[in-house]
Amino acid sequence: MALITCKDVTFAYEGVPVLTDVNFSVESGSYLCIVGENGSGKSTLIKGLLHLKNPSQGTIVTSDGLRHNEIGYLPQQTAAQKDFPASVWEVVLSGCQNHFRLLPYYTASDKKEALHNMELLDLLPLKKRCYRDLSGGQQQRVLLARALCATTKLLLLDEPVTGLDPVMTVEMYQLIRRINQEEKVTIIMVSHDIRNILADATHILHLDQKQLFFGLTEDYLKTEYGKQFLGGAGL
Amino acid sequence: MISTIFKMLSYPFMQRALLVGILVSLCAALLGVSLVLKRYSMIGDGLSHVGFGALAISMALGFAPLAFTIPVVVIAAFLLLRMNESSKIKGDAAIALISSSALAIGVITVSWSSGMNTDVNNYMFGSILAMSDEDVLLSVILSVVVLVLFVLYYNRIFAVTFDETFARATGVHAETYNMLLAFLTAVTTVLGMRMMGALLISSLLIFPALTSMRLCRTFRSVVLCSAILSVVCFLIGMALSFVVSSPAGATVVVVNLAAFLIFSLIAWFREH
Repeated sequence: MALITCKDVTFAYEGVPVLTDVNFSVESGSYLCIVGENGSGKSTLIKGLLHLKNPSQGTIVTSDGLRHNEIGYLPQQTAAQKDFPASVWEVVLSGCQNHFRLLPYYTASDKKEALHNMELLDLLPLKKRCYRDLSGGQQQRVLLARALCATTKLLLLDEPVTGLDPVMTVEMYQLIRRINQEEKVTIIMVSHDIRNILADATHILHLDQKQLFFGLTEDYLKTEYGKQFLGGAGL
Repeated sequence: MISTIFKMLSYPFMQRALLVGILVSLCAALLGVSLVLKRYSMIGDGLSHVGFGALAISMALGFAPLAFTIPVVVIAAFLLLRMNESSKIKGDAAIALISSSALAIGVITVSWSSGMNTDVNNYMFGSILAMSDEDVLLSVILSVVVLVLFVLYYNRIFAVTFDETFARATGVHAETYNMLLAFLTAVTTVLGMRMMGALLISSLLIFPALTSMRLCRTFRSVVLCSAILSVVCFLIGMALSFVVSSPAGATVVVVNLAAFLIFSLIAWFREH
């Protein structure tokens, strides 16, 4: 069943459309990769899926029991975070804030969930470390654990390997694959780095201010866009 | 030493100043952590200048000073926040515009109404004699409100400070908490500026947080350390100013500077 469906969606800034006529739906358990050049509207679409920006036309519907604040989001890191004095534990736990009911405090089950996600991403040894002292790859794993605390269904990842070295990049993709396959979490990922994810992604959405392609990964490889985007990688 | 402290405590104006000062230092330190990390450090400075202008006008027109100044500064805080988020004038420029304009209006008002330089001096650099009994009562109530709201929303404030986009995506009304932060900062700034002075109050917001960040490595420890440091520095500053008869506000700032240097030095030794 579809977790999230975009129907005839158009986004505009101050009346100027930046992304038009997007139509796609993401099935539970799938792995969608959104590709496109800079300025193709990928970030805008992400904002739309997270309800941070409303579409000027069309609708974005979440279904299958998914509430729009239950999407785990891995944003791109900001400069201010790099020297932020917070422990790994504090950061991961803050992903549980969409569970708050009456009072804004964490419950025992929030803490249990945070510990579980830290174990999954091999973060327990870093629990008391300061976030700013970690390497780029470790910081990214901490933010991934936080995103997992916010969701059990859908993860939205915005350029998750930016600034990582090749080894850490591969590790990051392995983790995301495991979360998709073992934890049954649906993945929507924005990435430049299409070659590395072809093996994992089930679906591709190619944007260039409009929707160029949406469908299965193997079909994408046969299209002109796919061949162009891969730049003759010899697949 | 002890007799000096007793002598200091025997003056009613000193008791009032200490009570309000401790509460305001505590509020300022807690809010300061978030302001520094969100890169809003200059907002306290801008607001204190607006506070100066509003205070001057309320004196000239005979309004109750705090009751008039606090709403004006709260409105200015919301405006600054708005400008920071979406505007053609960028946040730092907006602060510079608003603060210098408010300062200019304040100076003109003071010179027309009294023509006396002591008033300007007191507003600018603070005076521990400035507090009346009603002011003290209002200050205590508002400080307690600031402290309670901060403790209640501590986790939310952390989330919005660390990563506003993520917080929004998971359904946290980040604007509401930014407004709360601006509101609490505005109240604290006005409460503190009469004692510390309009030009010096922002140091009370910024210094404890910056000092704690030299050594502390978790958000919670930064917050706790700032709170303790702020109160300790305030008390040392007041005692010093009493002993060597220096202006109270300026002395507190200098003590804060000393603490910052000591912490920086320890951090440097730790790393080398």
